[in-house]
Amino acid sequence: MTTLMDKPSDALDHVSLKHARLPRWAPVLVLVIAFAASGLLALLLGWGPVAIVVVALLIYLVVLPTWSRVVENRRSAVDRFVTALVWVALGLAFVPLVSLLWTVIREGAPVLDAKFFTWSMRNIVGEKGGIYHAIIGTLLITACAAVISVPIGLLTAIYLVEYGAKSRMASSIRFLVDVMTGIPSIVAGLFAYALFVVFFGPGVHMGLGGGVALSLLMIPIVVRSSEEMLKLVPTDLREAAYALGVPKWKTIVKVVLPTALAGIITGVTLAIARVIGETAPLLIIAGSTDSTNFNLFKDQMMTLPVFIYYSYTQPGNHPEIARPMAWGAALVLILIVLVLNLLARVLGKIFAPKTGH
Amino acid sequence: MAKSIDISDLNIYYGDFLAVEGVSLSIPARSVTAFIGPSGCGKSTFLRSLNRMHEVIPGARVEGKVVVDGQSLYDPSVDPVEVRRMIGMVFQRPNPFPTMSIYENVLAGLRLNNKRLGRAEADAVVEKSLRSANLWEEVKDRLGKPGMGLSGGQQQRLCIARAIAVEPQVLLMDEPCSALDPISTSAIEDLIHELKTEYTIVIVTHNMQQAARVSEDTAFFNIAGANKPGKLIEMNPTKKIFSVPDEPATEAYISGRFG
Ligand SMILES: Nc1ncnc2c1ncn2[C@@H]1O[C@H](COP(=O)(O)OP(=O)(O)OP(=O)(O)O)[C@@H](O)[C@H]1O
Ligand SMILES: [Mg+2]
Repeated sequence: MTTLMDKPSDALDHVSLKHARLPRWAPVLVLVIAFAASGLLALLLGWGPVAIVVVALLIYLVVLPTWSRVVENRRSAVDRFVTALVWVALGLAFVPLVSLLWTVIREGAPVLDAKFFTWSMRNIVGEKGGIYHAIIGTLLITACAAVISVPIGLLTAIYLVEYGAKSRMASSIRFLVDVMTGIPSIVAGLFAYALFVVFFGPGVHMGLGGGVALSLLMIPIVVRSSEEMLKLVPTDLREAAYALGVPKWKTIVKVVLPTALAGIITGVTLAIARVIGETAPLLIIAGSTDSTNFNLFKDQMMTLPVFIYYSYTQPGNHPEIARPMAWGAALVLILIVLVLNLLARVLGKIFAPKTGH
Repeated sequence: MAKSIDISDLNIYYGDFLAVEGVSLSIPARSVTAFIGPSGCGKSTFLRSLNRMHEVIPGARVEGKVVVDGQSLYDPSVDPVEVRRMIGMVFQRPNPFPTMSIYENVLAGLRLNNKRLGRAEADAVVEKSLRSANLWEEVKDRLGKPGMGLSGGQQQRLCIARAIAVEPQVLLMDEPCSALDPISTSAIEDLIHELKTEYTIVIVTHNMQQAARVSEDTAFFNIAGANKPGKLIEMNPTKKIFSVPDEPATEAYISGRFG
């Protein structure tokens, strides 16, 4: 008792909030040293660049936490180690992305010119043509798929969230939608083909069929993303509307949907981006042609993925012309997806519920 | 115009759980009735059953009778939407519509019910409702700004303005002042005083002084224990409840609160 009392109260009460820290530039310094060491080894042993980076990172992962353990404390050392791991993982994730983009741009950019965008391949032999017909085909067929799947998908999501809730009907629909998510795209194409053969006879080719096939792939994505967005709308808002004597359908249209709109738009755009590069179903039902076809209901329609596929695998007598065109078309496809994503962000910003002053 | 409400033998269930049991009382027209009682005794549940808002909760159901102005609310031929147009509600937590501006929030009830309003008429409704809710001075310069940008207390007053803009005949308020400062609270109480000349008002409150200040009648609900149903203990004129209540339980609850 007395010993406790006798202890200077300062020593008991004073908990230091400070401890030694590595200087701010420590991580940079270690990184530089790691690369220098690894580079030196590489010179001696004749390694390639990949080995240099890997060894440098390993050195970094060992040295910095050790240094930190000595100077700082265990928690800081673990923190520095995990931080480094996270950055490495991020870097690794970027490698394929950047290298893919780089390859497509390097191979595809040189062929991009006015002719490439405004000409089709009609009557073009042995010289560079354009992909106008494929761009038109892709835009029309994808738009067609979106027109089919957005209403169906959105209405299904509304049923699931607002009406079905936990009913058996709703859970079976959810199950079927999940199954649909897993349908291989080639099967969707075969289904659309079989369906159209019933009406138009064998050997049918039309853009509409492509739209139907793509919508089969799109609907489950739209349903699932819209469902999640609708679920995020607080029940309080629905109750506020009901308490004002607003009927349920109107509450959904005027309160729930606007509140969830930004997320729904993002979901739809992602769904479009997902199907716009589909090749297999379009090979089967939309076919391939050299001319521009604006009619979704008649004849073959070229699309960018199919164009890329044929130009690359069957370049004919002039592969030195056809192959770069395939890369150019791939670049255009990526650009279209990019524009769609940007558009979704802008629309999402515009429609997002406003909170600020 | 204002309606009285007669409730007899009301049981309210959430699924199998009996939340409120055997309540019979009458709420007089053109007056303020306060519901008091400990947390979880079913005040909100009971209040929601008065405009069929409990139906929004899956599994919630009601047995018994609620009669407003001679019409039974739970009659199969009664449309809940019509009921809610007549009996408005302000919730415990403020819930302005996030996609709408302050102006649109006030008009939401009218607009969503297809009322055609001229510009001047709409402006008048907005100003009148916001003034009644004591919010006008604070927001008159930013009516076009989002309702979510207001403080919690301001949002609650916006919700009150939104509820009275549709001019219901009965206004149910579930702890409307629990998020408000004393000044706004007293403004809301003034508002309740004004409204009771035209409306029937039911207010749930945990604030005894508030119940004593604003209400003509007070109903005390209590609960015997966890997972037991809430029951009406007594309903009497507020003066009587706060001076000589019939039931010892009421006495205990009120005096406990007053210390
Ligand atoms: N949505 C719901 N589902 C199931 N049970 C519920 C639900 N809402 C309330 N209950 C239950 O019903 C009982 C009464 O709840 P209620 O919200 O009506 O209490 P209250 O008197 O309003 O309390 P407070 O003063 O805290 O607001 C409680 O036991 C509660 O757990
Ligand atoms: Mg409550």
